[in-house]
Amino acid sequence: MIGIVGYGSYLPRYRIKVEDIAHQWGRDSETIKRGLLLKEKTVPGLDEDTITISVEAAKNALKRAGIDPGEIGALYIGSESHPYAVKPSGTVVAEALGVVPNVHIADYEFACKAGTEAMFVAYGLVKADLVKYAMGVGADTSQGAPGDALEFSASAGGSAFIFGKEDVVADVLDTFSYTTDTPDFWRREGAFYPLHGGRFTGIPAYFKHVLGAGKAILERSGYKPSDFAYAIFHMPNGKFPLTAGKKLGFTKEQMEPGWIVPLMGNTYSGSSPTGFSATLDIAKPKDLILLVSFGSGAGSDAFIFKMTDRINEVRDKAEKLKSMLENNRIYLDYGQYAKYRGKIIMNE
Amino acid sequence: MPSPGYRREMPQRYRLEAAKCKKCGKVSFPPRLVCSGCGSREFDKTKLSDNGKIVTYTTIRVAPAQFTTQVPYSIAIVEVDNGVRITTQVVDCKPEDLEIGKKVKLVFRKLYSEGHTGIICYGYKAILI
Repeated sequence: MIGIVGYGSYLPRYRIKVEDIAHQWGRDSETIKRGLLLKEKTVPGLDEDTITISVEAAKNALKRAGIDPGEIGALYIGSESHPYAVKPSGTVVAEALGVVPNVHIADYEFACKAGTEAMFVAYGLVKADLVKYAMGVGADTSQGAPGDALEFSASAGGSAFIFGKEDVVADVLDTFSYTTDTPDFWRREGAFYPLHGGRFTGIPAYFKHVLGAGKAILERSGYKPSDFAYAIFHMPNGKFPLTAGKKLGFTKEQMEPGWIVPLMGNTYSGSSPTGFSATLDIAKPKDLILLVSFGSGAGSDAFIFKMTDRINEVRDKAEKLKSMLENNRIYLDYGQYAKYRGKIIMNE
Repeated sequence: MPSPGYRREMPQRYRLEAAKCKKCGKVSFPPRLVCSGCGSREFDKTKLSDNGKIVTYTTIRVAPAQFTTQVPYSIAIVEVDNGVRITTQVVDCKPEDLEIGKKVKLVFRKLYSEGHTGIICYGYKAILI
């Protein structure tokens, strides 16, 4: 079977609490925590960006895969915060990993689902026998305008997945994508912060696509929600994925291990892939896992994975997501956060 | 403009590539043309361990222009597990968190940017573990 041979994640150590952001803008933190089910979020260090996050996540994936990086024939980075407008993130990542020069590289952008896009294409190339191994990465240092609701969730982190045919830890049983032109969230060329369509982002965007992809993949695969050990849905806030999962027939217990948004925030392209990585950290052989991403604009990619016995051999070879989420946290106040996120205008 | 030195040093800065003398086994980082141990000119490519410990350190409070937003920050001499000593910034901690002998891990980070429009230069830094 074709599937994941190695996976890894990376989260920055810096955090800001919902209370600190709410205090800055005169908002009631308890209302926001209750409404969005968020407690805190990750913040990239001054020297971190999508490229450095991708490199660290990919190094963890390579540790688990135990393969020669030179055998990776394709490397794709999905993000909506690539550091360059023109110059790929992927070339820097590939150079840092020792994957160059015999490799196909591209950067993807599809709002929050660019990570699963990278995974989907990596999987497809291995399935087509064009490359032996392919890596898909979802990583972001997400933007949210000061004072906007997004500022409570937009965070940083990412995950990397290496696809191959040998020594697989999670077989890909099926994939499905559901896409329409939906203007729910966007950032124009040159604009610093994204804009969103308020309430328009819920039912016509997130729920339509997540439920559309989720229902379709369940129908065509013949699996029922109760057949799955775990399910992960894109996490723009705490509430949306739980609501979508419930509508599809999943329980909170099935979603809990991958529902990392209360402590991580929304890492955009890294969101559902990192929830999936957290789930791989605890999944058992033969477990079925459903992953459904969502990207504004809008679309969802769905995957069904089946765990193999090899997961027990590889999961301890790199740091687990829970450890990254709960250890070595450094809390910033809003002033420090504004500096770290480049929200203060400085002289050159 | 990107400096030729930055491009040339990518294997070391990005992947910690070093040179191991074929004759006496001494590891040079960055790689050298002539071994400082035996004078040999023949090397194998090797990679430094990304784990190490702090040998000594100092704290920068008045920084060069590229680093003023980061003060106070620490620079340490780190001995990696295969014995080589390197000078590197130690990040994601306060200067008072550092101690001689503390274990560190080398990670991939931005070193500096050539202004708002120039290239971004990457390389290794250390974090406490």
